[in-house]
Amino acid sequence: MIRLEHVSKVYKTSTRPALDDVTVEIDKGEFVFLIGASGSGKSTFLRLLLREEVPTKGRVYVANFDVVRMARRRVPRLRQSIGCVFQDFRLLHNKTVAENVAFALEVIGKPRNTIRKVVPEVLELVGLEGKANRMPHELSGGEQQRVAIARAFVNRPLMLLADEPTGNLDPDTSQDIMLLLERINRTGTTVLMATHDHSIVDSMRRRVVELSLGQVVRDDSRGVYGVGR
Amino acid sequence: MRASFVFSEVLTGLRRNVTMTVAMILTTMVSLFLLGVGLMIVRMIDKTQDVYEDRVQVNVFLTNDVSANDKGCAKDPCKDLRTALENDPAVETVKYQNRDEAYKRFKEIFATQPELVKLARPEALPASFSVKLYQPERSDVIIQTFTGRVGVDSVTDQSKYLEGLFNGFNGVRDLTFVIALIQAVAALLLISNTVQMSAFTRRTEVGIMRLVGATRWYTQLPFLLEAVVAGVLGAILGIGLLLLVKMWFFDRALGGLFASGVIRPIEGIDILLVAPWLLLTAIGISAITGYVTLRLYVRQ
Repeated sequence: MIRLEHVSKVYKTSTRPALDDVTVEIDKGEFVFLIGASGSGKSTFLRLLLREEVPTKGRVYVANFDVVRMARRRVPRLRQSIGCVFQDFRLLHNKTVAENVAFALEVIGKPRNTIRKVVPEVLELVGLEGKANRMPHELSGGEQQRVAIARAFVNRPLMLLADEPTGNLDPDTSQDIMLLLERINRTGTTVLMATHDHSIVDSMRRRVVELSLGQVVRDDSRGVYGVGR
Repeated sequence: MRASFVFSEVLTGLRRNVTMTVAMILTTMVSLFLLGVGLMIVRMIDKTQDVYEDRVQVNVFLTNDVSANDKGCAKDPCKDLRTALENDPAVETVKYQNRDEAYKRFKEIFATQPELVKLARPEALPASFSVKLYQPERSDVIIQTFTGRVGVDSVTDQSKYLEGLFNGFNGVRDLTFVIALIQAVAALLLISNTVQMSAFTRRTEVGIMRLVGATRWYTQLPFLLEAVVAGVLGAILGIGLLLLVKMWFFDRALGGLFASGVIRPIEGIDILLVAPWLLLTAIGISAITGYVTLRLYVRQ
């Protein structure tokens, strides 16, 4: 599903590589935590998968896409098959909850009937039935993140990328969000989540890939946040 | 891609930057108005030239002697001259106008200026041959042949008078086109600027849309259409302005010239015929400018 082969990324403005000869393989249906301190390369890792950046060296494969070599005009297709969730939610602030979720379907050209049917279903899945016509600023942080997850999941993507999804949320809300992500993972969607949150990683005991200064220093199949902690 | 989505995005964008939108519309309006004026002048020149080509080109004015005594052109040298003219291969038609007829014509032409008519007497006007040539450009040959012949006072080439008139027209036309071009450049730059500003103001949203998998076309089409809509509105206003200016200014200021037949007027229909071209030009320029701006300057 996801494969990085000897990937290095050096940004023009710095000498130290953001990623240094990283090789990681993630299979379909896995739930993987990507952990590491700030500057360790987590965000870069995710951005490469979305082709927001291109690696300086190495190859990246996502499903059937050769992300590095593919033509620029195919990038939207790649992104349509990946759902992403961010720490700052990234909702369209002048659209309602339903419109935000519908947008992901509009973008791939789904007909209006399909959208009208599917959006309420997925809103129910994330526990936001009844809030379809609210605007993002009227929702709590947890609710906004649910909308983001709904939008990410509505197309039944092959995988979900989450970049510190609980970063702006309190511990209880974070737990709820994690339960949601787990449920999504159980439907067969691969989930890759970058996080700082020790307690979440420790409580879920999933595969942990640890980055430090751009290199993979650990890859445990049932890991905890810190070794020996 | 749904029409309602694109439509609402375009409206939002235009409203968000009302001042820029208005500026775009106005500059487009002025450019197209000036372009239209230039085209109208060209049309006027063409029409007038057509008319004049149909009329007399060379006048052979006869001496006082002949004018006074040979009202019918029955005697020499008048008869002689007439035959010579009619037989000349370059001449298409010859018409004789005696002194009295000339006086009558004078009164007709200057009917609106009675003081002039009062001053004139038939004896002041010569008899003449009005000569139409097959090739008006070759008038010098005829002039040379007949100048100085017995009975001929002078030979004038009417096209020389017209030259001055048409040079004047051409000058105004060229000036109008130059100003139109300058305005068009201003309009172009303004459209480019507005498209960039629009895209910049919406960059967060566009970024999110791109992350969710929207294509460049999907996110940028609204900006392009904003430019085209402004262009179309500018064109419509420009055409309206053309009609207004024609009615209130041209028809009044140049009314005298039109009535006397010196120049042919522009009809409303002329403006309506050129209107679709102006509209297409507006759409073309705003679309191309918008597209190029998005390709070159808008990174997403």
